Amino acid sequence: MTTETTINTTKSTPALAVRDLWAGYDGKPVLEAINLNIDQGDIVGIIGPNGSGKSTLIKTILGLIKPLRGEVSILGREGSPERHLVGYTPQTELVDWDFPVTVADVALMGRYSRRGLFRRTTKEDREAADASLELVKMFDLRDRLIGELSGGQRRRVLLARAMAHNPKLLLLDEPMAGLDATAQHQLLDLLDELRSKGATVVLSTHDLSCVSSRCDKAACLNRRLIAFGKPSEVLNEQVLGDTFGTHLLMVHLDGQAYAYQHHTHTEGSGVIETNLPEGDSRPDGYSHD
Amino acid sequence: MQRALLAASFAALVCSVVGVFVVLRGMAFMGDAVAHSSLAGMSVAYFFGGSVFWGAFAWAVPASLAITYISRRANVRLDTAIGIIFASGFAVGIILMSQVSNYTADLFGLLFGNVLGVSWGEVALIGLVAGGVLLVISTLYKELLFTAYDATMSAASGIPVRFMQYLLPLLVGITTVASLKAVGIVLVLALLVTPAATATLLARRLPGIITFSIVVGLISTIAGLYLSFHADLPSGPSIVVVATALFLAALLFSPSKGVVWQAWRSSPLPQE
Repeated sequence: MTTETTINTTKSTPALAVRDLWAGYDGKPVLEAINLNIDQGDIVGIIGPNGSGKSTLIKTILGLIKPLRGEVSILGREGSPERHLVGYTPQTELVDWDFPVTVADVALMGRYSRRGLFRRTTKEDREAADASLELVKMFDLRDRLIGELSGGQRRRVLLARAMAHNPKLLLLDEPMAGLDATAQHQLLDLLDELRSKGATVVLSTHDLSCVSSRCDKAACLNRRLIAFGKPSEVLNEQVLGDTFGTHLLMVHLDGQAYAYQHHTHTEGSGVIETNLPEGDSRPDGYSHD
Repeated sequence: MQRALLAASFAALVCSVVGVFVVLRGMAFMGDAVAHSSLAGMSVAYFFGGSVFWGAFAWAVPASLAITYISRRANVRLDTAIGIIFASGFAVGIILMSQVSNYTADLFGLLFGNVLGVSWGEVALIGLVAGGVLLVISTLYKELLFTAYDATMSAASGIPVRFMQYLLPLLVGITTVASLKAVGIVLVLALLVTPAATATLLARRLPGIITFSIVVGLISTIAGLYLSFHADLPSGPSIVVVATALFLAALLFSPSKGVVWQAWRSSPLPQE
């Protein structure tokens, strides 16, 4: 018998287990009775309307919000999550892009959780940060100021920062928002690559088509977990109606169900979000644009 | 003159470094408020014949913590909290000063600084406080940088963000106290903001910005003091005028961000 001393990497241990979780702000729950088991190596998309608790869930998993009830365990470890197991990218609107730091500076910040207070970063940290930039193909731009980057590049820098300490679980808050179709697919390809290196990815998104075509599992959230499972099994009219309520308009055409979501947070409205698999799952059958 | 130069240089040094964080985090008026409200502490000390410096210090520390606490806790916006602390401390200070016989002359010294009248003891005190602030910043540079840039992510990395969010205003408050003698309550803001703002026009990354800020702060202080000495002008305002001139020069002629070069570059050039 071999015993892993550092991390219990038995395949059966869920990357993330959430049990009867209630969490919110000022004692008022936003999330109610969430139960969720995410397997190692999965890419999981959390979908739900604005205010459904996507960010709250991610922040609670990170330990930024204390649960009102219930618990979160990461790779079998309960209580406060061990920082080096988790990587996180915040919503880009929450980041100050005018701050005078370079791409390399930001990637290096990802190593701070490995260094204690008062400790300076080492050569090892800088090499790890550079390797992380290589991974997201941002190494050549390492001396750029972050304010000079495009939307897709900004996403990749944040991802490099999240990856710099080699986490086992990546939590990405709205990584797709504001990206064009090409940049979205590049990001999703990158996530596939990270998954192949053993990472588990949990991302929140409004984009149903990306979840149905590129995620292993979908978690439909509207303060409660409405459904969780393979996109082809979960993303049906019943579940989406319960998740999005009146925000979603379902249209049937040629045996396919189309979901139109009303965007309130981006320019334009009535954007076509996806075609939904009815019966047959069609992994890549919808053009963006 | 020597004492004045030393005292003002210490003040400029610490202001220039702290000022960079102030400019990046938009905390300018927080520093101004702490300075103004310290008049209360100074006048209490003055009234009872104590040290004006420690009076200001004793007031600035709780004032800067109170601003942060009020804005975090009581659902009061930061600028509102700043306004309350600013005005209340200043009001109390003026009331107390009005009970002193040569009210106007002494008040003038507190408001606009009197660096030429600084004693060796005060020089040492200013140097000590400035050194203390710089020591804290250099040991916690990594954390201050990360928290200032992205508080959520730094909390997720295990950095004590709440501590940092109290620490920075506290450092700003202490810094203003160290600078009161040099430029006075009313003009502290300029020493805190102008060199740092000038530096953001000249350098790209944070270490470069801090370096430029120090250089600009020291040049302003030394040149301003010489100007005031030889032209017989009040010292604080002279320092501020030089600093502002340097800022304007950078705004116009900075190689990367200067208005003049930008206009030059964007003007249509004849195609070859």
